[in-house]
Amino acid sequence: MLDLIWLVPALPLLGFVLILLFGRVLGEPKAGILATAMVGGSFAVTAGVFFDLLSRSEEERSHVDVLFSWMPVGSLKVDLAFLADPLSITMALFVTGTGSLIHLYAIGYMHGDPKFSKFFLYLNLFVFSMLMLVLGENLLVTFLGWEGVGACSYFLISFWHTRESAATAGKKAFVTNRVGDWGVMIAMFLAFGAAGTLSYTGINHAAEEGIISGVTATAIALMLFVGAAGKSAQLPLYVWLPDAMEGPTPVSALIHAATMVTAGVFLMTRVNPVLEVAYDWAPTIIAIVGVATALFAATIAVAQNDIKKVLAYSTVSQLGFMFLAVGSGAYVAAIFHMVTHAFFKALLFLGSGSVIHGMHHEQDMRKMGALRVLMPITAFTFIIGWLAIAGVPPFAGFWSKDEILLYAFAESPILYVVGMVTALLTAYYMTRQVIMVFFGEARWNDHSEEHGAHGDFKPHESPIVMLIPLVVLAGLSIVGGGLQLPFSKDLHFLEHWLHPVVEFGEADIKGTWAYDNKYVLLLVAIVVALAGIALSVAVYAKKKIAAIEPNLLANGWFYDSSIARFMGGPGRKAFDGVAWADRTIVDGAVNGVGRVVQTAGRTLRRGQTGAVRNYAAFIGVAVVALLVWFFVRGVVL
Amino acid sequence: MNALLAAATPTTTWYLVLAAVLFGIGAVGVLVRRNPLVMFMCIELMLNAVNLSFVALAKRLGDIGGQTTVFFVMVVAAAEVVVGLGIIVSIMRRRPGATADDIATLKG
Amino acid sequence: MELVVFVLAAAMILVGAVGVVVRNNPVHAALSLVLTLFGIAVLFVAQEAHFLAAVQVIVYAGAIVVLFLFVIMLLGVDRTEDITIEPFRIQRPLAAIVGVGVIGLVVASVTASRDAIGTGTGLEIPTVTGDNDSNIRQIARSVFGDYVVAFEITSVLLVVAVVGTVMLTRRIKSGKGES
Repeated sequence: MLDLIWLVPALPLLGFVLILLFGRVLGEPKAGILATAMVGGSFAVTAGVFFDLLSRSEEERSHVDVLFSWMPVGSLKVDLAFLADPLSITMALFVTGTGSLIHLYAIGYMHGDPKFSKFFLYLNLFVFSMLMLVLGENLLVTFLGWEGVGACSYFLISFWHTRESAATAGKKAFVTNRVGDWGVMIAMFLAFGAAGTLSYTGINHAAEEGIISGVTATAIALMLFVGAAGKSAQLPLYVWLPDAMEGPTPVSALIHAATMVTAGVFLMTRVNPVLEVAYDWAPTIIAIVGVATALFAATIAVAQNDIKKVLAYSTVSQLGFMFLAVGSGAYVAAIFHMVTHAFFKALLFLGSGSVIHGMHHEQDMRKMGALRVLMPITAFTFIIGWLAIAGVPPFAGFWSKDEILLYAFAESPILYVVGMVTALLTAYYMTRQVIMVFFGEARWNDHSEEHGAHGDFKPHESPIVMLIPLVVLAGLSIVGGGLQLPFSKDLHFLEHWLHPVVEFGEADIKGTWAYDNKYVLLLVAIVVALAGIALSVAVYAKKKIAAIEPNLLANGWFYDSSIARFMGGPGRKAFDGVAWADRTIVDGAVNGVGRVVQTAGRTLRRGQTGAVRNYAAFIGVAVVALLVWFFVRGVVL
Repeated sequence: MNALLAAATPTTTWYLVLAAVLFGIGAVGVLVRRNPLVMFMCIELMLNAVNLSFVALAKRLGDIGGQTTVFFVMVVAAAEVVVGLGIIVSIMRRRPGATADDIATLKG
Repeated sequence: MELVVFVLAAAMILVGAVGVVVRNNPVHAALSLVLTLFGIAVLFVAQEAHFLAAVQVIVYAGAIVVLFLFVIMLLGVDRTEDITIEPFRIQRPLAAIVGVGVIGLVVASVTASRDAIGTGTGLEIPTVTGDNDSNIRQIARSVFGDYVVAFEITSVLLVVAVVGTVMLTRRIKSGKGES
């Protein structure tokens, strides 16, 4: 079964080609069913590979499948090859799993859209790229996928491109990602220069052996983090993710919650040996950026009114948690949180999509309320997702978040405190969202005129094709915590599974205060989560305390507008200056050479009088000069 | 006076200096005059200066080869004059009154 | 005695040379040239190059200058040119540089090396037989002995020159296609 690993990305690629050729003929809903089937098939193959690996002993859980030699150029030998090991298969499992669920959901959500087949075309291309990213055996195949998901993100965000905000959001995403891509490229150059190879086994081996160490390792790690910051929306490159909500909700669920944005975390975990041999302050920087982003985004989410924007900032915040884990050396915890986050965030996004669908494309939460009666299944699954993200046991989010905070405390108590504050805020704003949407008074009738001649406007439940994925994801959010329970070493399934890839584990924090008191920290986490929920209930449901939603937070700390002002103002001037320099200095130099030649020619031309006497005179002068030379040489010297 | 006259016999150097002066005058003449025939005559001056220096050195060094050279120079000079005058005649026939400056087809 | 001869001849030469350069009328210039050539001939005699002196007078003064005068008369270029005007402003300064440069440098070189050249007027030219031969005999021996090839070639050259000039200057009967 391992040899069929190439099928995993090949099936979505096949889907892409088929829809490209026959999309218009297939139409709705066949194009969607085809796409879903392809991704579902990928999931089946991945599951098969997973069981195959599971049956092997720990040392043998790594298989490389080489398709062909891609770039044999001099000393650079890059193959198009796939690496099937615990980390990549874990990623592939939830990518294909959530991917197929979201494809199924999209068949219902995109019903009636004129560009139905095109949507699935891009979705399949995206899944293909993401799988190349995850299954790649070397940095270049990963980069191929990296760029591919960036491009598909652009296509899908600006899917409704006739709307100017959507087109702009797509461009913003692409450009911001590009800034990060530069980091990945520099890291690739450095890695090749130091280790002579781009394959992960080669680079990680070189790090372990000490060939890559110190400055090089730090540079590689930080450059890859730059790329990760772009792709996974960390400070300062997070700005594209909130705007990316312009895309259809299945896109937000798949790309901007479950898969693409996790690519950065995956990349950092992939090269964790390099990170281990870098200078100590490098992972610390990653952890600090992560936790700062988490807090920053959480504060903004508190004041958002668009149902999807809350979830977008929530995603940025949760990704910050994952980078906090990476920076603290808790790679297993990062992957754990990635998996659980995929479940509950996709669930929340799909749920919000269901709400939007039922509200006839209304997204402002202030115009919702009391929807739990009219959309019961959506509400029920959404509530499960809410409890998971807020960190209430026994739902999945609690276990993974607690694991991260444990390792964070072992790294530094300050990180833990900031992380805790963020967890409190997370519970707070998610509760706020649930209350505003599903509870309270029905506010949609106040604006029913705006929804056209529906007469009596009433939100309705979504079709079953959209509800099935919600239910499945809700189930996974409940049981997902079982992957890694902290109670005993035997229950650390994920850690054992990932062990050949990630060396750093629980053993490394044994003996710290955090480890010894981990049950205390567990209880503290539960208390904080419940406190956040209670506070939010007091503000929004019982209305006992006034809501604090300052303008600063609602506008995202004015980060976007300050970038725009900078680029438009001093940035623009700087670029104008560069353009001026190019025109005047560079072009001027080139043109100047031409002008000099012309002038010289024109001047010298005046010596060509045509009169023989002049020419004779010049010859005579030259003769005199020669005589002078000979005289000086012979007589004087 | 006689002693002075007797003491200063012209040495080879004197002849060479005279030849140099004659050569210089001839060169200046070529550059300054515009009439082609006069230019030619100045060239003859230069040739004669060279002849003079050859003969002087032949006497000094006791080698007849110098005088032989002069002999050949004269022959070639004669041939050169013939051809040169022929050219001048053919040009002048077409444009009477032309000077060396008027033949300026090389002007660029 | 030799000094007097030298000074007189030198005067003739220089006056004649300057006359060639300065005279507006080409006929006057030709006559100045004759004066110079005679001066040269005198100096040849003083250097014991008797044959060459004779050839100088006969060929140079007698034939070449006459040829010059023929052409001057033939083409009617006896019209004078005005030597005071000069259409190219740079020409006179360049000519001055050339003149002064050549004269100055050669004179300087010659005087600087006069020790190598030595004083006195040199040796008698030795002969094969051991006693002095007449100049013409010496030249004849040299020309027809060491330099006979050159002699033959120059005779060919003369023929070629004459034929060439005739070809060059003939008028074609039809009236067009002149040189």
